[in-house]
Amino acid sequence: MTTLAPDEWQALALSLRVGLLAVVLALPLALALAWLLSRKRFPGRVLLESLLFLPLILPPVVTGYALLALLGRHGPLGQLLGSVGIVVAFRWTGAVIAAAVMGFPLLVLSVRAAFDHVDRRLEAAAQTLGAGAWRRFTTITLPLSARGIVAGCVLAFARAFGEFGATISFVSNIPGETRTLPIAIYELLNVPGGMPGVQRLALVSLLVALAASASATLIAGGAPWRKRADD
Amino acid sequence: MIELSLRHRVGDLELDLDFQSEARTLALFGNSGAGKTCVLNAIAGLLVPQAGRVVLDGETLLDTSHGLCVPASLRRIGYVFQDGRLFPHLSVRRNLLYGAGAEDAAGRYEFAQIVELLELGPLLQRRPRTLSGGERQRVAVGRALLSKPRALLLDEPLTGLHADARLQVLDYLRKLKRELQVFTVLVTHHADEVAALADEVVRISMGRVVRQVPIAEFIARRATFAPALP
Repeated sequence: MTTLAPDEWQALALSLRVGLLAVVLALPLALALAWLLSRKRFPGRVLLESLLFLPLILPPVVTGYALLALLGRHGPLGQLLGSVGIVVAFRWTGAVIAAAVMGFPLLVLSVRAAFDHVDRRLEAAAQTLGAGAWRRFTTITLPLSARGIVAGCVLAFARAFGEFGATISFVSNIPGETRTLPIAIYELLNVPGGMPGVQRLALVSLLVALAASASATLIAGGAPWRKRADD
Repeated sequence: MIELSLRHRVGDLELDLDFQSEARTLALFGNSGAGKTCVLNAIAGLLVPQAGRVVLDGETLLDTSHGLCVPASLRRIGYVFQDGRLFPHLSVRRNLLYGAGAEDAAGRYEFAQIVELLELGPLLQRRPRTLSGGERQRVAVGRALLSKPRALLLDEPLTGLHADARLQVLDYLRKLKRELQVFTVLVTHHADEVAALADEVVRISMGRVVRQVPIAEFIARRATFAPALP
């Protein structure tokens, strides 16, 4: 198997950039929402959880269409952003948003599970030592759930890296701008003689997915050699 | 001085108790499930009762009839939990400093004083999971004291320790009582701990105060106090 062609490298680099930035974009909101769902009981909680799962349940193309309707040039948010010179539809930044939206539920679920595992009695102990809510969160809750958060980030990155349906609906397939790795594979599938390229990119996807899955498992469960050393 | 009244339902237990005391070390003595820890939690602000009032040294920390409840983080109550609750991701030093104030000269002196008093020096760089039960409780006591508390709450601090560690921690607590002037509430179901540390005893049973006596009377008439069961 030969090395990747320049446009294939371009698609790979774009996918990596989109995946990383999607996680960076989604993480702050995911932390806040996961904390809310883990620690608070409030009216509308079930509705919020249902909305959170929508990107997992809806056909990705529908999510992409919803993003286009909302953030496209004629959408309410798109017009607002356009008035300050920001355009996201049919741009790589839009691909980041689409990937962030699709990875968001996975990220929130992982972070919430990590928060649920933190011993609440330690937070109470911190409270008696004078720590307010923000200090408890940053010095107790966050460090003790760090593994789960990192594992969630890896999973969300993998989801974002492989995002196809919402991305192609929202930002289309523009070489060098929005043609991510999955979109490049799809295009090569429809081109005569594109099969070697498909195989190369499929192999790259497989390697990235395997690396992400293995690191998420190791991070979440702790590396086996570290566990032995700790015991 | 403490003044406390509490009405609260936890599962099957109905708490309905009132007491006040001017003792420096007050013991809440009673069986497990009598509601002793709930009283500590209400003093610390970790439990907001359905109705109640907590006044410590003239300052009202809780008064449900006036909708007043000072948050736990602002009460300055040092709480030593039964299980220590040291932060597992922090070294002993950072656990001790968690609630301490500014690292100025006075703060450093106080840190050195507590470390010396509880003989924590050799433990400072260690992680909580490497400590024995007795060492953990000593660190928990030191951490609570370094938060400059107006009151110290000790919830069964010797439970779960083997005999030697129990005696050792008891000695440290006696030393603290001699050398530091901190109002302390001790929760225990061991009469010997009460006799060793307390100035006054409140006997709690089924969520109610059944007796309140000075320590001399408790010691003299110890047999008349129904033995507390774990």
